[in-house]
Amino acid sequence: MKSNQSQAWSPDEESREILRELRAEVGACMQCGTCTASCPNSFGMDIAPRQMWRLVQFGMLDRILASKTFWLCSSCYLCTLRCPRGLKLTRAMGSLKRLARLRGDWRAKRNAAFYEAFMENVEKYGRVQETSLMPGYFLKKRDPLLPMHYLPLGLRMLRAGKLHPPSTAQKGLLRDLFAKAREMEERS
Amino acid sequence: MKYAYYPGCSLRESAHEFDISTRAVMERLGVELIEIPDWTCCGASAAEPVSRLMNYVLPARNLALAESELHGLDVLAPCSACYLNLLKVNREAVPDRELHGQVNKVLSAGGLRYSGGVRVRHLLDVLVNDIGVAALSERVTQGLNGMRVAPYYGCQILRPYQVFDDPRTPVSMDGVLAALGAEAHPWDKGNRCCGASLMVTHPEVAMHSVAAILEAGEGADAIATVCPLCQMNLEAYQHDASAGGHHAPILYLTQLMGLALGLEEGTVLLDTNMSLTGSMRAGIRERAWRREPPGAGEEANPETIPNQGR
Repeated sequence: MKSNQSQAWSPDEESREILRELRAEVGACMQCGTCTASCPNSFGMDIAPRQMWRLVQFGMLDRILASKTFWLCSSCYLCTLRCPRGLKLTRAMGSLKRLARLRGDWRAKRNAAFYEAFMENVEKYGRVQETSLMPGYFLKKRDPLLPMHYLPLGLRMLRAGKLHPPSTAQKGLLRDLFAKAREMEERS
Repeated sequence: MKYAYYPGCSLRESAHEFDISTRAVMERLGVELIEIPDWTCCGASAAEPVSRLMNYVLPARNLALAESELHGLDVLAPCSACYLNLLKVNREAVPDRELHGQVNKVLSAGGLRYSGGVRVRHLLDVLVNDIGVAALSERVTQGLNGMRVAPYYGCQILRPYQVFDDPRTPVSMDGVLAALGAEAHPWDKGNRCCGASLMVTHPEVAMHSVAAILEAGEGADAIATVCPLCQMNLEAYQHDASAGGHHAPILYLTQLMGLALGLEEGTVLLDTNMSLTGSMRAGIRERAWRREPPGAGEEANPETIPNQGR
């Protein structure tokens, strides 16, 4: 019955693997709520971390994917530090982000825009180039007002000498690694 | 003392002053930093949501380079996120035979392999445990007497892996600040999250963290950080009304160390700190940077600090 259930959630191999890991990761959650109480961002979440682990245990994928909870994790590891069961909850939030990228709708795409722009920048330049990362992010986010929001900060950074044109010194160094990882992850 | 230095992308970008001041301070303290040749990005917090494998491969590539090119010297990372990502390779990937194999399989596409033998150290760990507070205080020539500094640690050097400090009530910076002649601002926000990359993706939520930290920092002359993202988040949004209207200069610990070790303000790039206004700077200089500890008997050296009119 167990395997039927996971089949029903996830037709593709990668999301099934992520779900399997997730259930193993938070299977021992006893719903004490220490994570929710510790989280600096829980006030902005639609589903509290404690509830999220229950949804994972029950395999309620639709409700998980409709939530923005994991997108609000800032990886501070306070829940991981305090969890009385010693669960790797921050890592579980990271896995949920990955799952939502694979299975989620346009909201997931919008929420993942920064991470994707960042990784594309790394793949291209080897080292992150901030002046090229932000335009890449704006394009992915498809919000015409976003660049305006960053303009004052950009100008102050420019004045402080914090911005420079992208360096191409390490360009291409990571291309083969990204290609190999992509090949392995698509196959697995 | 010699370390394989991993500056990380931010220190080559907007956190240039952290790189410059770290190198300058280490040189003063007689520590040799050898930059890892052709190092690349560690993946920050962006790799995990995108690729489980690249989340480990990106930092592992740099450890592999340190292992093969720099004879396995300890890697010193000043950035908290770089530090944790590198550390995760040792703690999570290397002990997991399957994952370690996969990571090496990807690395082999670049002609590299990581066996797992490189120790990962954060700058603060090296300062406190290798160099030591006593050795540091011996080199202090321009004590920051009278300066009140709030020690801000952030998250990822403390959690999830407890390595060199107490993740609940971190204290490692207290000794460093005391050695510099500064006074630690008493607060409980030293290990509170700054919002990290949430400041880009969901600023409306992250701003609460920044506001809470800045509010608790009221009364301090400066907040000292050891992470480029913490520094940026705490500094860049002070103009924003939603950050609570609290202002404080956010300085890198290494910049303060540099000043105390007799380096000039220009050498530690104080001009690049956006939160350090001219009047704040003049005020702190008046009270702290130029004043010698009472009875220390050392001569004030006007050469070390450029004379700037207020």
